[in-house]
Amino acid sequence: MFDIHTQLFEGQDISFGPIDYEKDAEIESNWTHDAEFMRLMELKPVRPMSPALVRKQYEKIEKEIEESHSLYYFTIHAKADDRLIGKAVLEWIEWTNGNGWIRLGIGSADDRRKGYGSQALQMLLRFAFAELNLFRVTAMVPAYNEAMISLLKKFSFVEEVRRREAIERDGRFWDLLTFGLLRSEWESQNASAREEKP
Amino acid sequence: MNDLFRGELVRLTNENIDVLSESEIRWQRDTEFHRLADGDPAELHSEKKIKEWLEKRMSDDNPNRFNFSIRTLADDRLIGFIGLYLPFLHGCDAWVGIGIGERHYWGKGYGTDAMRVILRYAFTELNLHRVSLALHEYNTRAFRSYEKAGFRSEGRVKQDQIREGKRTDTLFMGILRSEWKDAFVEGAL
Repeated sequence: MFDIHTQLFEGQDISFGPIDYEKDAEIESNWTHDAEFMRLMELKPVRPMSPALVRKQYEKIEKEIEESHSLYYFTIHAKADDRLIGKAVLEWIEWTNGNGWIRLGIGSADDRRKGYGSQALQMLLRFAFAELNLFRVTAMVPAYNEAMISLLKKFSFVEEVRRREAIERDGRFWDLLTFGLLRSEWESQNASAREEKP
Repeated sequence: MNDLFRGELVRLTNENIDVLSESEIRWQRDTEFHRLADGDPAELHSEKKIKEWLEKRMSDDNPNRFNFSIRTLADDRLIGFIGLYLPFLHGCDAWVGIGIGERHYWGKGYGTDAMRVILRYAFTELNLHRVSLALHEYNTRAFRSYEKAGFRSEGRVKQDQIREGKRTDTLFMGILRSEWKDAFVEGAL
């Protein structure tokens, strides 16, 4: 399915890019004013941010990328108009053990349910397993994020940990789930996809 | 009112850095201890670096961290550390980490006792809803200790660590305030 010629940052309808301080900050500022999206993307408390504050956060992220060597951060763009639609993150990488944590989100409700998230996850997994050569990846998801849970299951992620009542939202306690995927599982997934589409 | 920092075998303290660093300098050489307590590669640091790091760890500047030393009641010996980390200040969950650096005190209930003391602190002083922890699957002594302190298994992250060439799992455990309260009222803790 993939080989050395297959571009890492180009998908069918989306592409991965770096942070663009000028263009992205305005759009991302809008996302931070959308509590529903923020609660799906982040575990930390929702908090609206101005474009200036978002830019400051970008600086923090790029500083961490440089200093920690354990963070990869991609912006997701719709290829049709090169518009910023989301972000895909690989973080907390332990190089000696070959593991890392993934996180991704599509910012605007209009861009969801169009397969962008699925393509982004496929690209992020290929980056993690075929470029960084990780042994496994993990995703932490609150139980109320049903879209993410079904996406992870579609990619054969297995629920491994259920931290009971670890997050409180709207006066209710929710479990925090941890899903894992081993490289071997990802590889056999790709092998079977190859057999289906000769 | 109970002494919040005092258990049956140990008490939790905050120590001067000179006192702590003497222990930490010795403990960092015990790689078995390190591999039981930690996931990062073992390292050796200078006294200067250790003191700087302890200064940060034990200070009250960071409102998300509550770190203590563990001292025995019988002979007032500094034997380890224990601490709570709150990922979000107003969150309902904290992570607990513990290490008994003095190996002659392993397997004798000191860690379990310290854990009971810090759970009481987490639930009656910080008013948390739950406490979480993670451990290596090969640390069976810790697993039994955590069970005794009231933690329940919540799952395992498969094969995420390599030790001596073998893949091993990380186990996750948690205790809810309600579970702790039930056990506490019944006197089990």
